[in-house]
Amino acid sequence: MKFTVPSLAGIAALAAALLAAPVARAQPPGITVYNAQHASLTKAWASAFTRETGIPVTLRNGSDTEMGNQIVQEGAASPADVFLTENSPAMALVDRAKLFAPLPADLLAQVPANFRPSSGHWVGIAARSTVFAYNTKKLTPAQLPASLLDLADAKWKGRWAASPSGADFQAIVSALLELKGAAATEAWLAAMKANAVAYRGNGTALKAVNAGEVDGALIYHYYWFGDQAKTGENSGNTALHYFRHQDPGAFVSLSGGGVLASSTHKAQAEAFLRWITGKGGQDILRTGDSYEYAVGVGAASNPKLVPLPELQAPAIDPARLNSATVTDLMLKAGLL
Amino acid sequence: MSLTAFGKPSRLSPARRSHAVPRLRRWPRHLWMPGLALLVSLAALLPLGFIGWVAVRTGWATASALVFRPRVGELLLNTAMLMALTVPACAVLALALAWLTERSDLPGARVWAWLAVAPLAVPAFVHGYAWVTLIPSLHGLFAGVLVSVLAYSAFLYLPIVAALRRCDPALEDVAASLGLSPWRVFRRVVLPQLRLALCGGSLLIGLHLLAEYGLFAMIRFDTFTTAIMDQFQSAYNGPAASMLGAVLALCCLGLLGLEAGARGGERYARLGGGAARPPRRHRLGRARLACLLLPATVSLLALGVPLVTLARWLAAGGAGVWRLPEIGMALGQTGLLAATGAVVATLAAIPMAWLSVRAPGRLQRALEGCNYVVGSLPGVVVALALVAATVQVRALYQTVATIVLAYVLMFLPRAMLSLRASIAQAPAELEQAATSLGRSPARALWTVTIRLAAPGAAAGMALVALGITNELTATQMLAPSGTQTLATTFWAYTGEIDYASAAPYALLMVLFSLPMTWLLHAQSRRATGR
Repeated sequence: MKFTVPSLAGIAALAAALLAAPVARAQPPGITVYNAQHASLTKAWASAFTRETGIPVTLRNGSDTEMGNQIVQEGAASPADVFLTENSPAMALVDRAKLFAPLPADLLAQVPANFRPSSGHWVGIAARSTVFAYNTKKLTPAQLPASLLDLADAKWKGRWAASPSGADFQAIVSALLELKGAAATEAWLAAMKANAVAYRGNGTALKAVNAGEVDGALIYHYYWFGDQAKTGENSGNTALHYFRHQDPGAFVSLSGGGVLASSTHKAQAEAFLRWITGKGGQDILRTGDSYEYAVGVGAASNPKLVPLPELQAPAIDPARLNSATVTDLMLKAGLL
Repeated sequence: MSLTAFGKPSRLSPARRSHAVPRLRRWPRHLWMPGLALLVSLAALLPLGFIGWVAVRTGWATASALVFRPRVGELLLNTAMLMALTVPACAVLALALAWLTERSDLPGARVWAWLAVAPLAVPAFVHGYAWVTLIPSLHGLFAGVLVSVLAYSAFLYLPIVAALRRCDPALEDVAASLGLSPWRVFRRVVLPQLRLALCGGSLLIGLHLLAEYGLFAMIRFDTFTTAIMDQFQSAYNGPAASMLGAVLALCCLGLLGLEAGARGGERYARLGGGAARPPRRHRLGRARLACLLLPATVSLLALGVPLVTLARWLAAGGAGVWRLPEIGMALGQTGLLAATGAVVATLAAIPMAWLSVRAPGRLQRALEGCNYVVGSLPGVVVALALVAATVQVRALYQTVATIVLAYVLMFLPRAMLSLRASIAQAPAELEQAATSLGRSPARALWTVTIRLAAPGAAAGMALVALGITNELTATQMLAPSGTQTLATTFWAYTGEIDYASAAPYALLMVLFSLPMTWLLHAQSRRATGR
């Protein structure tokens, strides 16, 4: 076999070019969005936005607290222009580090005051409700827990599931912390360590309930609706139980969006957020397959969902939700 | 993931060193080579340095609170149990399969030999995906052991086959003539000769078990790596993740030390001239059918399950899951990362590979050792260190340069081993002749030695590229925004329980891995030219 060897200089130049080209593009054109929302939902938002405005959007996908902490650690050097989450605690985390730019009044006005923090540094973009998904062959409606706190009872040992490493569950715990205080939360988490079966991801937990591995799981509503709309193969044997009555388990979690103070493309970043909270973005929530609640002024949610006002969610200021304390408490309980 | 331990010539044939190529005693003309090698080795130490630095910065009080807690004990126990059950199970299975395919008259031995290696073409997390599809409730320690044995035992099968093929059957005949029963011959004569292969393969499996994320996340078994990823996904680069990373790095070093101790210093090469005759195959007689059951069952579980699952999801998904623009983009990005990483890793490996052949010495061996140690660290640890190092440096953070650096650190041993073997076959005299004819040392090296070593470099590049194609954790943590490789896209879909959409990506990864698996299989059989 004959190998022709290119010159040393040639190889070095090629290697340098391969490395330098993407380095030079470290700042891609348009805006960079740190996206902790479901990748498919944000992809739908971003491509419709780019189609309408011509502004390219680059997505970096991750989870809420991961990206919130990432932005805090990156500080002023953050490559992100916009941060979108599934839940509020990560938004509060970045806001406490004073890394969000204040949003213009017209943008804030697109979302009712109860769906955004008083600071005006970020807005709600969508909402989701806590539910107890249960296997209808294993539990009758009469056997369902009346409150989230009942799941700490020893009779639930080994019978319910959750995804403790996920931001969704941690947001539910942050609501519990805000409503009932640290001592009650700590006790509940200790009981959970003993009682609950841990899965990775709400979808996996729902699948386990459907297969009868556990009786029920504490998840968000849209996993169930999404699966029902597709094939129902992971939810056919299950139904949803809403806790209601301002219970911590009736917590409605607000997904947030904000513009980073360090962004060098603020106008474009605000345009993106304005689009998501406006008619175009909220319509995708109603018509798409995300099944999350719309939160814009006058925006309707998917008709298949139980209307938001009927959920009797506890009133919580999203800005007060504290992810750091929740992580500490969960570390202490051995859940992380 | 690394392939450091096996295929390493000095381990598998210690006798080789005795007739090494004449050394270049005078370094000065090539002084830039040790310099470059030193530079690469120092870069390789970066992750370990950062782990130490983070530990110091965290302070003893916080660090000890994060390390000495029940959860870490749980993880240690899980990891230790996983190792203690999986590695011996792999060894027994690989030994049985190797003996059946190499030393017995098993019908279709050549086909079974290939089928025993083929599971390597299926990435471990695809094995996990297949088993979770088949038995959704599969989880915990025994599930972890089952799937890891199926996914990894080929790492032991390959070196054992290579060693069996090099054994001189005359030794066994002598032992038998001295009155040892066949079983005792195997235990006292054959098994000791397989010691290096067993140690090397076990180490490789142990390192994979420590590093693997996707497989154990799928079947819900918590190890250090999954716990670090959980931490990272909730606190990013927090002290808790770093401390777990430090414990994991210590586990790796412990494993390396354990293997070095178990390897021993005996000589296993045959003495005297001539060549060993091929060993006689044992007659299985009436046990033949019963013996066929073993390779058949293993192939069914290790190959049948993943392939049938993939076929099932592809059929269920239909044409809808072949989203061609998205798949094309993932293919392109994976290809670009793999090619860049392979070229850079091979270039970075040249100085050390050259030194280890032309001017071996104590310092050189120490530096070379650094590279192997870092290559054996899990991707999650290397990535954590690089995140910590670059998070505030906008010019490097989330760039292709940083992810390529991570790949180079992780896969450098693969490039180095292949390159070293073929540089050793390039006569030093040719290089000297080229210099005496007026070429500068650098040009002589490049136009003579490297050109002759090109096949080895190409094989090394392919191994590195394959490693990058199937890499998940470091890519997730370090890649530039918007990067979607085959592995990360597969993982994102399985995270949403969209197994049908994930199937095309798994299929592509398997198809890419097949040629390399074939090459490994061929290499293990080439030992005696049969």
